[in-house]
Amino acid sequence: MPVRPLSPHLSVYKLKYTMLTSGLNRITGMGLSVGLVLLVYWLVAVAGGAQSHARAARVLSHPLMKLVYAGFIVAACYHLVAGIRHLVWDTGRGLERTQSERSAWVVAVVSIVLMLLVGYGAWLAMTRTP
Amino acid sequence: MRRVLGAGSARGGVHHWWVQRLTAVALVPLSVWFAVSLLALPSLDHATVAAWMRQSSTALLLILLVLVAAWHSRLGLEVVVEDYVQGPGARTVTLVVVNFVHVLLAAAGVLAVLRVALGGGA
Repeated sequence: MPVRPLSPHLSVYKLKYTMLTSGLNRITGMGLSVGLVLLVYWLVAVAGGAQSHARAARVLSHPLMKLVYAGFIVAACYHLVAGIRHLVWDTGRGLERTQSERSAWVVAVVSIVLMLLVGYGAWLAMTRTP
Repeated sequence: MRRVLGAGSARGGVHHWWVQRLTAVALVPLSVWFAVSLLALPSLDHATVAAWMRQSSTALLLILLVLVAAWHSRLGLEVVVEDYVQGPGARTVTLVVVNFVHVLLAAAGVLAVLRVALGGGA
């Protein structure tokens, strides 16, 4: 396609957050792929017996890992909700500009609520077991 | 073969798209189940986790989670590689690595769950 001038004012509003929601879905997905590595590491450690589990637990319970888990909670909640939006789109629904702008906000609100819920659950579980 | 390698999908596109959606739908209940049951565990010490994994339902769902998540992750990362890795050589090599790593992750995860569930592990 030839390089043509584009009028930026057409896209400046719409693309801003609808692009962000789509890009975030990809970034959180990549983060969750790292989470899969961690999940398998944990499963293998459990299968290796109490000693191998204790060794892995020292790594997995490092204070800095709390930051990583918080990141996974944020990524998983966002990817789950944004992914459902993509599945709805796949049925051909909600593709109009106003609809997708509205659903971008719905995704933001619902995923933040979900993050807070899971975060609260994780905090409860953490305080229950030192 | 040389001409289509790394150039994107050669008839595999629809299958890639469809399986990406199938695994996405499956991951909705699987990930919710995993999060809820992990948070509900009274402790994450070895005895508690191993006892949890020895239940058939847990083992079954964990195996499904690892397999489906690995598959979904592989398909997703393939698209990312195809979008961002330049040059057919580098792209093919990256795709091979992505595929090998995911098969390794899936196999290691399933083996680990089976070892605990079938009592082979300590």
